[in-house]
Amino acid sequence: MATTKDPFEFQEFEESESLLEENRDATTINIDDVKESQKQRRPGMNEDEVDLLTNDDKAELLSGQKKNAPFWSFEYYQKFFDVDTYQVRSRIIGSVLPWRGKNFIELYVRRNPDLYGPFWICATLVFAIAICGNISKFLMNLGSPNYKYTAEFRKVTIAATAIYSYAWLVPLALWGFLLWRNNKVMNLVSYSFMEIVCAYGYSLAIYIPAVVLWIIPSEGLRWCSVVVALCLSGSVLLLTFWPAVKDDHLRVSIAFMSAIVILNILLAVGFKAYFFSSESPHQRTNYSAVTQVQSKPLT
Amino acid sequence: MAEADGSSRPFAGLSDVSISEDIPVEGDISMPTISSSQDDGFSTLDEPVKDTVLRDLKAVGNKFVHVLYPKKSKALLRDWDLWGPLLLCVTLALLLQGGSVDSKDDGGPQFAEVFVIIWFGSVIITLNSKLLGGTISFFQSLCVLGYCIMPLTVAMVVCRIVLLGSSGTVSFAVRLVVVSASFGWSTFASTAFLADSQPQNRKALVVYPVFLFYFVIGWMILTFAPAQ
Repeated sequence: MATTKDPFEFQEFEESESLLEENRDATTINIDDVKESQKQRRPGMNEDEVDLLTNDDKAELLSGQKKNAPFWSFEYYQKFFDVDTYQVRSRIIGSVLPWRGKNFIELYVRRNPDLYGPFWICATLVFAIAICGNISKFLMNLGSPNYKYTAEFRKVTIAATAIYSYAWLVPLALWGFLLWRNNKVMNLVSYSFMEIVCAYGYSLAIYIPAVVLWIIPSEGLRWCSVVVALCLSGSVLLLTFWPAVKDDHLRVSIAFMSAIVILNILLAVGFKAYFFSSESPHQRTNYSAVTQVQSKPLT
Repeated sequence: MAEADGSSRPFAGLSDVSISEDIPVEGDISMPTISSSQDDGFSTLDEPVKDTVLRDLKAVGNKFVHVLYPKKSKALLRDWDLWGPLLLCVTLALLLQGGSVDSKDDGGPQFAEVFVIIWFGSVIITLNSKLLGGTISFFQSLCVLGYCIMPLTVAMVVCRIVLLGSSGTVSFAVRLVVVSASFGWSTFASTAFLADSQPQNRKALVVYPVFLFYFVIGWMILTFAPAQ
C-alpha cells in the first residue's frame, strides 16, 4: 500500500506546485493568514471590520472575473469604481484614525483599490482650499477701506495642479522605488500602483476639515490644525508603508519613510503659506498700484 | 419543402370552411401607403422654419417646467436634448462676465472658465455615475445635469438685479439666501431624476459629486461682483 501511495503523493505535490506558479493570486493565502492572525490578535475588532474583510473576499472573487478586460475598455475602469457607500465611509474613517499595527491598505483596500475616493477627495480639497482661502482673506481684510474683494478664481487652477500632481506623481515614484527594491531585496509585502494611489488619496481626506478650520483668522489655531492633520495623515501613511520596506536595509527604509513625511509636510505647509498667507493687505494693494502705474505707459 | 409545408399548414383548415353565397364578405384592405392626413403631423420637411423653432422651444420650455417642479417625471430622461443646457450655460457665463478685474489674474471666472467647468463637470459626473454602474445613458445624464442649472441661472439674474441697487451687507444677505435656495433646488431636482438609476447602496456616492458641482457654481455666482 505504502509503495503505491508514494508516487501519487509526489505527483499531487508537483501539480499544486505548477498551479502555484501559474496563478500569481495563490500568494493571497499568505495575506489571508496575516489577516487571520490580525483578527486573532485583536479580539475587540468591530463587527463591520470583519464584515469588511469578508466583503473584500467577495469583491476579490467578482473582480477576478473582470480581470481580462483590456485597459482601453470601459469595464477595465469600472472595476476601480466597484465600491459601495459603506466601504468608502469606512475607508475615509480608517484613513484618519491611525492605530498601532493597523495597515490601511491591508485592512481596507486589499485587492479592491478604488479610484472614486482619491478622485473626489482631491476635487473636494481643491475647491475647499480655494474657497476657504478666499473667505479667510476676505475676513482678514474686512475693516480696511482700500481692500476690494476679488474671487481669485486662478487659485482653483493652482490648487488643482498641486493636489492632483501630489496624489498621482508621489505614488508613482513610491511604486517605482518599491519595485526596484523588491528586485534587490525580497520583501514580504508588495503593493500595486492602484493600492498606493488609493492610500494616498484617502490620506488627504483629513485636510478637508482642517482647511475649513483655517477660515478662522487665528494663526495659532491654524498651525495647531496643520500639525494635527499632518500627524494623522503622516502616521497612517507610515504605518501603511512600513511593512513594505521593513526587510530592507535600515538606511534605505529610513530614507523612504522620511521622504514620505517630508513630502507630506511640504504639501501641508505649502497650502498654509500660499492660500492662507498672513501678509498685510496694504503691501499687496500698494504693490498692485505700483504695477498698474508701471504698466500704464506701455499701453 | 419542409418550410413550405409549415407555412401551408395554418391555412389547411380553410378548405373546410365554406362561405355561402348569400353572406357578403366584407373587409377593409388597407395598403401601407402613407396617407396625406398623417403626413402633416410628422414630416418637418415642408413646414415653416418658425414652426420648427417654436416646437423645439416648446419642448425646451416644457423641460424647464419639469425642473422647476421635479415630480419624478421621466420626460427629461426620455427625450433628451442639449439645447436647454447650452442656453443656460451660455446665459450663466455671459452674466458672470464683466466682474471686477483689478489685476488681470486675480479676478472672477472668465467666460471660458465657466463654460469649461459646467461641461467638464457634468461629463465627469456622468462618467462617474456610469462607472459606478448606473443604468442611465450618457446624454440623458448630461441633459438632466444641464437643465438643473436653471435655478442657479435664475439666481444669477436676481443677483445682477440686486447688485444694481446696492452692494452692502443687506444685498449680500439677500444674495446669500437666493443662491443657497437655488443651490438646494438644483441639487434636489437633479437627485430626483438621477438617483433612481443607481443601485440603492451607491446613491450617496452619485449624489455627492452633483452636490459639489452645484456648490461650486453657486459659489461663483455668490462671489460675483461687478466692476465699478
